Amino acid sequence: MINTRDIMETINMIDNENLDVRTITMGISLLDCADSDIDSSCDKIYEKLTHKAEKLVATGEKIERTYGIPIINKRVSVTPIAMMTAVSGGDPVKYAKTLERAASTLGINFIGGYSALVQKGFASGDRALIESIPEALAVTEHVCSSVNIGSTKAGINMDAVALMGKAVKRAAELTADRNCIGAAKLVVFCNAPEDNPFMAGAFHGVGEPDTVINVGVSGPGVVRAAVAKCPDGDLTEIADIIKKTAFKITRMGQLVGTVASKELGVPFGIVDLSLAPTPAIGDSVAYILEAMGLETCGTHGTTAALALLNDAVKKGGVMASSHVGGLSGAFIPVSEDAGMIAAARCGELTIEKLEAMTAVCSVGLDMIIIPGDTSASTISAIIADEAAIGMVNSKTTAVRVIPAIGRSAGEELEFGGLLGCGPIMNVHSNCSSEKFIARGGRIPAPMQSLKN
Amino acid sequence: MKAIVSVIGKDTVGILAKVSGTCAEHNANIIDVTQSVMKDIFTMIMLIDISELTSDFSALSDALAALGESIGMKIHVMHEDIFNSMHRI
Repeated sequence: MINTRDIMETINMIDNENLDVRTITMGISLLDCADSDIDSSCDKIYEKLTHKAEKLVATGEKIERTYGIPIINKRVSVTPIAMMTAVSGGDPVKYAKTLERAASTLGINFIGGYSALVQKGFASGDRALIESIPEALAVTEHVCSSVNIGSTKAGINMDAVALMGKAVKRAAELTADRNCIGAAKLVVFCNAPEDNPFMAGAFHGVGEPDTVINVGVSGPGVVRAAVAKCPDGDLTEIADIIKKTAFKITRMGQLVGTVASKELGVPFGIVDLSLAPTPAIGDSVAYILEAMGLETCGTHGTTAALALLNDAVKKGGVMASSHVGGLSGAFIPVSEDAGMIAAARCGELTIEKLEAMTAVCSVGLDMIIIPGDTSASTISAIIADEAAIGMVNSKTTAVRVIPAIGRSAGEELEFGGLLGCGPIMNVHSNCSSEKFIARGGRIPAPMQSLKN
Repeated sequence: MKAIVSVIGKDTVGILAKVSGTCAEHNANIIDVTQSVMKDIFTMIMLIDISELTSDFSALSDALAALGESIGMKIHVMHEDIFNSMHRI
């Protein structure tokens, strides 16, 4: 029989340390739904989604009960909708409404893929899709949108960066009566992965199979508890503890993914090794850094501690799973992490420090609430900075900032649920980046892109 | 197919009898039991065979959870694969 201590450890992780599977995400290709008539294209999409993912929620619930592991979200990601728009033309918002209708029928938590990939330039359909994003996010509840504006191979499309600054601001304005939630469902990427199970950035890449199951695990609470049990160990010991814990967490994700794939008859894609926090007390990446010995997340030493954490999680996780992918790194979404919220409130955690932290972890400036009067060009400049870090370091970076319309620094926004709440953080608003952004064009790919 | 039943809470009379009674009602065969009482806290781990269940697994897990609530104990039933995955290489 299995060791009693091991059994109690697992139960304690689930009951007291917030261990869970954050999401089972089913990727579904829509390429065979494209039609030159937008209405029949939408009909085909609805048919395919409700057929392929019909049993996703029920299967997720069954696995939860059998293994006693909470599976927080069941989600679907689809082929970037800009490709559908390229074939059909017409108003892309029709697609958003179709995705929303399918999400409601399926009972899933989110559907991602209202996306465009424009790192090198705009193809047919891309511009129309980007311009429709604010409206699409305002008229739907479950649809998430992402746009890839740069990559190490292609450089940064600064025309798209300029457009996205406006789109983020407009998305917040159109949902100002709902805590600007539109902007919280929109993420701007550099080096976007095609198999990411996490929202708001999930989409089903064109290199993926017709359908696929990807799993994202969670578990900052478990790592924090393990680190806290070693108050006097040196950092090599801490790294070892994190590796061992990450191994166990990832094995659970691997098991859930394998079972889900078998039950649904859909190939298993990847486990995403990200440590995804929730606003629940204790389930925080910031608390892990604080357990390592920092008084508050955001103080000097934070980037080094985060680099250690991120690397150890990958090293532990990679052996536990047959295929690792997605974003795979510690997330630092401010409003979704109790420790980050506290650090931002007391002023220790600033947007500049967060930017530095994104150089050593996944993913980027995430769930950061900024003053409502921040100009679109300043948002674009924030996106450009973050994309530059991703492009040069050959890693994924992203920006998901929420302009709090009608509010200014010092006030707070409350989203509720997994999205949490947070204080409005200061940005450099006195000095403009307008002229730089207005230049447009493309920042050339760096030397790092020439690997052949 | 095997599952692990874990029972944790304040020690009282008849816990083992009640839990094994519920298992028997669903035709779950008990293979192994280990228990300990430390400072009044009762912990029992039970390995059961669930391949011949007369109901589905959810019904057993609901019945045991309800039993746990009625006697003030925390009862979990989890497929053994979760422990094998997490603790064995």
